[in-house]
Amino acid sequence: MKVNKKSALAISALIAGSALVLSGCASGGGDNGDNGGDNEDTTPITVWVDIERKPALEPISKQFTEETGIEVKLVTKDFATVDQDFISQVPTGKGPDVIVSPHDKLGAYYAAGVVAPLELGDVADGFSEASLAAVTYDGKVYGVPYSVENVALVRNVDLVADPAETYDEVIANGKAAGTTYPFLVGLSPEQGDPYHLYPFQTSFGSAVFAQNADGSYDSSQLVLGDEAGQEFATWLGTQGAAGTGVFNANIDGDKAREFFLAGESPYYLTGPWNIPAIAEAGINYAIDPLPSAGGEEAKPFVGVNAFFLSSKSTNALAATNYIVNYLSTEEAQLSLFEVGGRPPALISAYEAASADDPDVAAFGAIGQTGAPMPAIPEMGSVWSDWGNAELQIIKGEGGEPAEIWTKAAANVQASIDG
Amino acid sequence: MADVKTEAPPANTPPKRPRGGAPEFGPQRKLTSGGILALVIKVVLLGIIDALAIFGLYVLIGKGDWVAAALLLAVVGLVNYIYLKPGVLPAKYLTPGLFFLAIFQVFVIFYTGYISFTNYGDAHNSTKEDAIAQIVRTSQERVPDSPAYAVEVYKQADQFGMLVAEPGGGTAFGTNEQPLEDASSAPDGWDKLNLNQVLRFQDEVLALNVPVSDDINDGTLRTPDGTTAFVFTSTLEYDEAADAFTNTETGVVYADDGEGNFRAEDGQALTPGWRVVIGWDNYAYAFTNEQIRDPLIRVTIWTFAFAFLSTILCFALGLFLAIVFNHPTLRGKKIYRILVILPYAFPTYLTGLVWAGMLNQEFGFINEVLLGGANIPWLSDPWLARLSVLLVNMWLGYAYMFLVCTGALQSLPDDVIEAAKMDGAGAWRIFRSIKLPLLFVAVAPLLIATFAFNFNNFAVIFMLTGGNPRFPDTTLPIGATDIMITMVYKIAFGSGGGRDYGLASALSILIFIVVAIIAAISFRSTKSLEDLH
Repeated sequence: MKVNKKSALAISALIAGSALVLSGCASGGGDNGDNGGDNEDTTPITVWVDIERKPALEPISKQFTEETGIEVKLVTKDFATVDQDFISQVPTGKGPDVIVSPHDKLGAYYAAGVVAPLELGDVADGFSEASLAAVTYDGKVYGVPYSVENVALVRNVDLVADPAETYDEVIANGKAAGTTYPFLVGLSPEQGDPYHLYPFQTSFGSAVFAQNADGSYDSSQLVLGDEAGQEFATWLGTQGAAGTGVFNANIDGDKAREFFLAGESPYYLTGPWNIPAIAEAGINYAIDPLPSAGGEEAKPFVGVNAFFLSSKSTNALAATNYIVNYLSTEEAQLSLFEVGGRPPALISAYEAASADDPDVAAFGAIGQTGAPMPAIPEMGSVWSDWGNAELQIIKGEGGEPAEIWTKAAANVQASIDG
Repeated sequence: MADVKTEAPPANTPPKRPRGGAPEFGPQRKLTSGGILALVIKVVLLGIIDALAIFGLYVLIGKGDWVAAALLLAVVGLVNYIYLKPGVLPAKYLTPGLFFLAIFQVFVIFYTGYISFTNYGDAHNSTKEDAIAQIVRTSQERVPDSPAYAVEVYKQADQFGMLVAEPGGGTAFGTNEQPLEDASSAPDGWDKLNLNQVLRFQDEVLALNVPVSDDINDGTLRTPDGTTAFVFTSTLEYDEAADAFTNTETGVVYADDGEGNFRAEDGQALTPGWRVVIGWDNYAYAFTNEQIRDPLIRVTIWTFAFAFLSTILCFALGLFLAIVFNHPTLRGKKIYRILVILPYAFPTYLTGLVWAGMLNQEFGFINEVLLGGANIPWLSDPWLARLSVLLVNMWLGYAYMFLVCTGALQSLPDDVIEAAKMDGAGAWRIFRSIKLPLLFVAVAPLLIATFAFNFNNFAVIFMLTGGNPRFPDTTLPIGATDIMITMVYKIAFGSGGGRDYGLASALSILIFIVVAIIAAISFRSTKSLEDLH
């Protein structure tokens, strides 16, 4: 290009312009540089939290900031996808330092290498055994648990006055109450709901994976399709469309709640998350353990919510301090309980909460004997076939329940093996 | 433009000329090709772009990202060249368009293509360095029942040490090199760090690894929070020279297997892995895994059927309504048209869920109210579910076709139709032989676009049926209403073992190829329609 006046002018303007912008950047950056002050240049801790729990973390975070001088940034995330965001963003360095998450995602976090192990020290003694087991993977603790949740049988006391001893009694009471439905549980018309039906399954002695001596799950041993499982499947067939029709695949979670709130059934198998609505509707309710259908104890899945530390946190020391020493306090756990209504994982906080609130005490007592939801990555392969088999059995389609069941278990095994 | 160079010198003419003088105005305008204002704007804009580019280069070179830096330099150089050099007029107009095309289309396709040759996924989502650091971190194990030590962190020059309170009551001091030794306080010359200093040097503090005794097997003291320390031992040791981990208890060696994992000879791998290029493996998997291959054929057929039928049904209903509402004697047209367009205003995500509720076998509005308590399994019978998907998609899509057809019908030339009437053609004949062919000229490209859109219409399938009811003969969660894009989603993101971006990209590239071929063929054949004109 031949240099003429115009382009010379343009180029010099360009250079001047960029020099200006650059010097602006440089001086702007210089302010954050090392100026040696003791009270400055601490990086804030970023916490990913859902909108519901955010207010509960605010006072604790404020106290932490006052005592240590480190800011805590609470970032609201959509809870349905937060685990996926966490897995994909931590390696890029854009993830948070701390995440609030259900414990059953831990296996996926571990496989992706995005969580760091925590050493709780004496703090660990304060937590219930089940909640600690839930955040333990491969012998190491990865999180500080704060709440425990599980399903239980909610009973409309005005329709049935006394708790039942067996499942058959539940159904008999339900029929005697003269309501449209003797018993309600929300199922998905397309995918079934193994989570809600799990206590029935465990009452037949059937589980998903075998457990090791220390309570952790052995991912190499899928026991879903064993004899106890087939027995459960056969029984489930008698409760579905081909039998008594108590289980109805067309009643999804929303419908089940709607019917129970309208007083159309005395029994409703659900978790603490639906209690506020039930109380608000003015229903006189009681919370019972689900009576056994198969002879053994009906153990619901226990889900634990916990705080996890990112493996690429650039502020790991402060974040660890925050998680281990501040979020494990009775105060923090109680304030989290107040917003979510889920029983706290810290024993002292649970005791304080359950003393005031019989619902918490009831759910907590049932959860203590529950089965922690396996936090192994292999669980991801289980749900689809499992739920679909239950759905087919409940609808009375596709042949012998036991056959459907063993076939589903074989499919699960095949997809685990990849 | 060509004369700018020769005319350039007058640009510098001193301002002694009378302002706005008519004779001078002409040539002055000419010499800057658009006025001095345009030049200033151009220079300022280019200046901003270049300044940003220099800043970008500064950052990229600082990060050592040489490829991106070179690319940025080349692009910005080219932009400067085009806008500063007189004469390349077409390039001046095309550059912004090409630039965005490159970013939003070409780059995306190439990047997807690149990802499809890697093992990128939840279990392989970072670099090898990260994987090694994480494996080292998780292999640290606290010695069972060992006590917690209260610690203070000290610093001398760039060395760090810790003073610990021993369980027995005494205190001891140690550093990375020097094992713990009884001492009442830190040695002279060491300064205690306060909390803020601990935080400022947290990387060093976290790396502080004080041996408990001369024997390394007794473990080392580490402090995860700067106030409490625990005794840790490590079971895995990384040997940089051999690029392998060794289990100190069992002696098993985990070596880099070239596929993004440290793997022992018995096939057991350490988690996590990292991202590497694995060649055609993802494509091979899609074609050789029988759980994918067989359902893929059925899903492909249904995808074509779904996209084709959806497009035809929407078009047929839209055209029918357009003709009816276009009738000159119809009254209240505006109200009808607004009503017809309404479904268009709902987001697909919402309508999918609402329709799923309405089609519920027992409690849905359709069965319970409209069909008087019928028990039709709309969403759980494979063929009825397919029909439901088509009908819901028609409900969602016909409004668009109605709008397009209304516009096209109103622009048809009246004289041709008049002439046909004069020749004695009936309404059906006019429609079939004149209106429809003329309509197709305007609408055919839109129909092809709609077909391509429906081919990948993820939202309506996912929200309405989720692909269900499931195929009974595959272990993958694929069902009768799954189209290719939802199948890709389920295989790559939905089943066990976490998300697999590599596989998802490979399958997306396959779909892209299919769609591109269809579009190319269709556009080629629509050219024949234009001969009508």
